[in-house]
Amino acid sequence: MAREIDRDGVRRLMEEGAQIVEVLPAREYSEDHLPGAINLPLRKIEADASRVLDPSRPVIVYCWDTA
Amino acid sequence: MYDYRVGKQDWMGAGLPTEGTNTERPRLVDVVHRDVPTCSLGERLGDVRDRVVATGWDACVVVGRERVVLGLLRAAELQANPELPVERAMRPGPSTYRPFVSVAEMRRIMTERNLTSSPVTTSDGKLIGLVRQQDVGID
Repeated sequence: MAREIDRDGVRRLMEEGAQIVEVLPAREYSEDHLPGAINLPLRKIEADASRVLDPSRPVIVYCWDTA
Repeated sequence: MYDYRVGKQDWMGAGLPTEGTNTERPRLVDVVHRDVPTCSLGERLGDVRDRVVATGWDACVVVGRERVVLGLLRAAELQANPELPVERAMRPGPSTYRPFVSVAEMRRIMTERNLTSSPVTTSDGKLIGLVRQQDVGID
């Protein structure tokens, strides 16, 4: 179960080397994304996450907003 | 695993840097003036006007706790009875704009609505600063 985190928490974890994952479609990701974020669209996340992400580092996922 | 639930709009709404193709186009975060006059609801208008004039600005943003924008005093409002409290002279609830809005879009908005200056805020209404017409290319 993912823990909810706020903006300050994201910045803190970024400094500690967390992996940032945007789950929006590629076009939206290419226009704007958080610094250092990678793109794992939601429909691909189950298939690709274990291959792409480092299990030893925290992972932060985000979308556009709460919708 | 962490969920940044409020998402990218929260990050961009705070004026924080992003990467991507949109960063090549100027946005309000690139032109906003952050050091702008502010005041609170209960202040005497005449005192605020004196302070604003001394800074060289012609507008003052009325803010509450944590710099949440409550109103705006533009030139017309600043000329009202100096004994009035700010709350009675201000324009309440002004339109505010996010730092990720493009300069081109803001130029269109300020032209259509004849705005001399506009507050830029985070998505939860906290003041980042002001943009003026000349900041978005309106002579």
